Amino acid sequence: MPKDHGIGASPKRREDVRFLTGKGQYTDDINLHGQTYVHFLRSDVAHGIIKSIDTSAAENMPGVVRIFTGADFEGVGGLPCGWQITDRHGQPMQEPGHPVLARGKVRHVGDPIAAIIAETKEQARDAAEAIELDIEELPAVVDMVSALAPDAPKVHDELTSNLCYDWGFVEENKAAVDEAFEKAAHVTTLELINNRLVANPMEPRVAVGDYNQANDESTLYTTSQNPHVIRLLMGAFVLGIPEHKLRVVAPDVGGGFGTKIFHYAEEAFVTFASRQIRRPVKWTSTRSEAFMSDAHGRDHKTKIELALDADNNFMAIRTDTYANMGAYLSTFAPSVPTWLHGTLMAGNYKTPLIYVNVKAVFTNTVPVDAYRGAGRPEATFQLERLVDKAARELGVDPIALRRQNFITQFPYATPVAVEYDTGDYIATMDRMEEIMDLSGFEARRKASEAKGKWRGLGVNCYIEACGIAPSNLVGQLGARAGLYDAATVRVNATGSISVMVGAHSHGQGHETTFPQVIAEMIGIDESQVDIVHGDSSKIPFGMGTYGSRSLAVCGSAMVRAAEKVIRKAKKIAAHLLEASEADIELKDGKFSVAGTDKECAWGDVTLAAYVPHNYPLEDIEPGLEETAFYDPANFTYPSGAYACEVEVDPETGKVTIEKFAAADDFGNVVNPMIVEGQVHGGIAQGIGQALLEAAVYDENGQLQSASYMDYAMPRADDVPFYIVDHSCCTPCTHNPLGVKGCGEAGAIGSPPAVVNAVIDALASGGKNVPHIDMPLTPHRVWKAINQ
Amino acid sequence: MELSDSRVINAPKNEVWTALLNPEVLQDCIPGCQEMAGSIEEGFEATVVQKIGPVKATFKGAVQLTDIVEGESCTISGEGKGGPAGFAKGGAKVRLAEVEGGTELSYDVEAKIGGKIAQLGSRIIDGVARKLADEFFTKFQSVVEGPAEESGAVEEGATEAEVKKGWLKRTFGG
Repeated sequence: MPKDHGIGASPKRREDVRFLTGKGQYTDDINLHGQTYVHFLRSDVAHGIIKSIDTSAAENMPGVVRIFTGADFEGVGGLPCGWQITDRHGQPMQEPGHPVLARGKVRHVGDPIAAIIAETKEQARDAAEAIELDIEELPAVVDMVSALAPDAPKVHDELTSNLCYDWGFVEENKAAVDEAFEKAAHVTTLELINNRLVANPMEPRVAVGDYNQANDESTLYTTSQNPHVIRLLMGAFVLGIPEHKLRVVAPDVGGGFGTKIFHYAEEAFVTFASRQIRRPVKWTSTRSEAFMSDAHGRDHKTKIELALDADNNFMAIRTDTYANMGAYLSTFAPSVPTWLHGTLMAGNYKTPLIYVNVKAVFTNTVPVDAYRGAGRPEATFQLERLVDKAARELGVDPIALRRQNFITQFPYATPVAVEYDTGDYIATMDRMEEIMDLSGFEARRKASEAKGKWRGLGVNCYIEACGIAPSNLVGQLGARAGLYDAATVRVNATGSISVMVGAHSHGQGHETTFPQVIAEMIGIDESQVDIVHGDSSKIPFGMGTYGSRSLAVCGSAMVRAAEKVIRKAKKIAAHLLEASEADIELKDGKFSVAGTDKECAWGDVTLAAYVPHNYPLEDIEPGLEETAFYDPANFTYPSGAYACEVEVDPETGKVTIEKFAAADDFGNVVNPMIVEGQVHGGIAQGIGQALLEAAVYDENGQLQSASYMDYAMPRADDVPFYIVDHSCCTPCTHNPLGVKGCGEAGAIGSPPAVVNAVIDALASGGKNVPHIDMPLTPHRVWKAINQ
Repeated sequence: MELSDSRVINAPKNEVWTALLNPEVLQDCIPGCQEMAGSIEEGFEATVVQKIGPVKATFKGAVQLTDIVEGESCTISGEGKGGPAGFAKGGAKVRLAEVEGGTELSYDVEAKIGGKIAQLGSRIIDGVARKLADEFFTKFQSVVEGPAEESGAVEEGATEAEVKKGWLKRTFGG
């Protein structure tokens, strides 16, 4: 019988009560006394020299408080990059400056040039129209390959070229990999594009800066996944405000998907400007602004090759990727195509030799950074498309080829620098075949054919590195921060508990799941536990939420803190029960003395801690509150097998997803319902990437798909009923909960399944098409059928 | 985006050429043109109101005639800034040739848009540019050729431009 409380139960999401009744408190709901509004005048050319900015007429417009331009940021830092990549030759990446407001040049459509602060939003916008701007347009670089031509216009004049870095991984393996390809019985080659995406969280970004002259404190309210990271980056690197004078609050946040990890110019601006004008400054992004100022995702161009021996064993993998950085380096951009991508190229397979080359390129486009999966979807897509293509070329069953090459012994050290602790890829593949009813596929295909449709089956596996990340390891890899997390378990006098966590919940359901863990550990009701998150003044510290890390890293910190609390509570209980501490047991919210009927309640002990009349004051302090920081020993490695069945209409090229199954191994699961929801959302975004979404620039660097008229988000009728299963469980060996993380899996595992299925459908219709680039729009599929 | 087309105008080549270089005719024929001031030599300042997809904006900018080969060909180019709506730039290379039935006017149009109109209207810009070019040259044709003989009184609801039709015919005694 399923559990009805604690770990493994599926209580409904308690946060949904406020979200579904319109009672959420988002950043845009925050309005402060004396608040002003800022509007950013943004570049409408992709590349140009700012010849002059005349704000004199605009300054006299009604309601205008002050207008800032790049010149006002003399002596202020630029937006920092949190990761430094070392290239193939041991040199640091090229790292250009990233001013808060453009200076000298504009480098992408949407680059902020001036900021107009006025009494109302409308007045700020009207005044922006009165700014006389003279920009000399320069030729733009948009395509990554031509951006590296010797005569290409340079995005940053101070750099030697548009190449950020040329990264080889593992460089020492290159010669051996090349040799394996010479000896191979068969080589499969695939060239593909991983399409540029815009995350499009439901809530656009918002920032409110509030400077308090009385105590010289600044507060930033912002739509962030990681308020402490913003405090660190903005305080230390941009504005020079020490931590104790800077508070960052990320209240309810309506979806992040990675794009709200990064430190953005608008956040620094409102904080800076509020100090200047001594009034609160608010910015609310419009949807159009979001398209041209939120960091985009993906945008890789890859050639990947697989060498197989005569028995179809994988011998070596070699990849050559161009990764778009956009015009500036966003906070974690350089790490995405490297350490979050190259290290995953082994996938689920025991390929002994791997070499990954990545050239990161500056272009006159919006910066590109992590988006749900971040690097891992790019790795999974190319590898799983490649394996499928190899199976087709060799005339073998794609599932059998995968099974033959699976890693089966754990721990497994890959040739790309990571060690998988646990996994069972055969089990997830078996489970997928079962829940997908794979044996019934041929009958379903015939039924589709009878309707004049081509049915295809696509299968793939995935592995991801989550629970980001061991600080000592990422430090060696160029991270400029530690990636541990922290939690404080504060037990109140009457026994209720507030847990201050560094993870931030913006759709993940932490407010429901984290209390389940504490309730399980102590044996009290979940309603007695609340979590507090998103405010740097209320929580000890925290690196935030991304990389499917919340439960694996912050949850582990919470468990460690709760263990400390329980240890202390047992000491108090031992005193109250006049027994030895070693004999005290905690079960169902009661302390008992082993082998006796002596017991006292959780509440008796917590009350004693705060009303220490009868208390061992000489041994322990009053109060019951503990903090723990947790730095993981390794990444976690969720894995799974996905399958997708599509119908293709040969007349129109329209693809419909008929059936989709996901068999995941997330290790232990705290709330199965929330895990399913995470997988559903991830798959929907993966299907969006596979069939619908694409950020398109024209050759002049104009973003052509900058509204929902041209950027197609998945809608309810684009996605199928998902069959989701996480019964395969190989617990993580190195964190106390044995959890692996589930937030990104769906987005990582689904695009190759969809594309493999469409290729299979076309083959069933007699069209042997090696590859179609995403998104697989009716037009592209129709062209492939009719070429 | 680029497009090319041609049409035959029922008028002698020199008449077509004169009309092409006449600021008043250009103002009449540029779709949405509200104002135009200046000269062939110095270039013109123009105000044009256009709706591209969901974005309606007033573009202010310069119109220039360059590469003038007397009586044969020229390039009409323009660049307009529409404030928050973005910008549009474009040019039309126009060539004249004597053919049976009058003068053949061929044109190659090139247009470039940026800012909000590119973000919201890119999917329809080809159609819009084709329509605007078509409107321009249709109007130009009717201005040069004048109204059909049988059309008598000015129709109710006719635009100012339509009333002006035949201006050239009158001027040149056609």
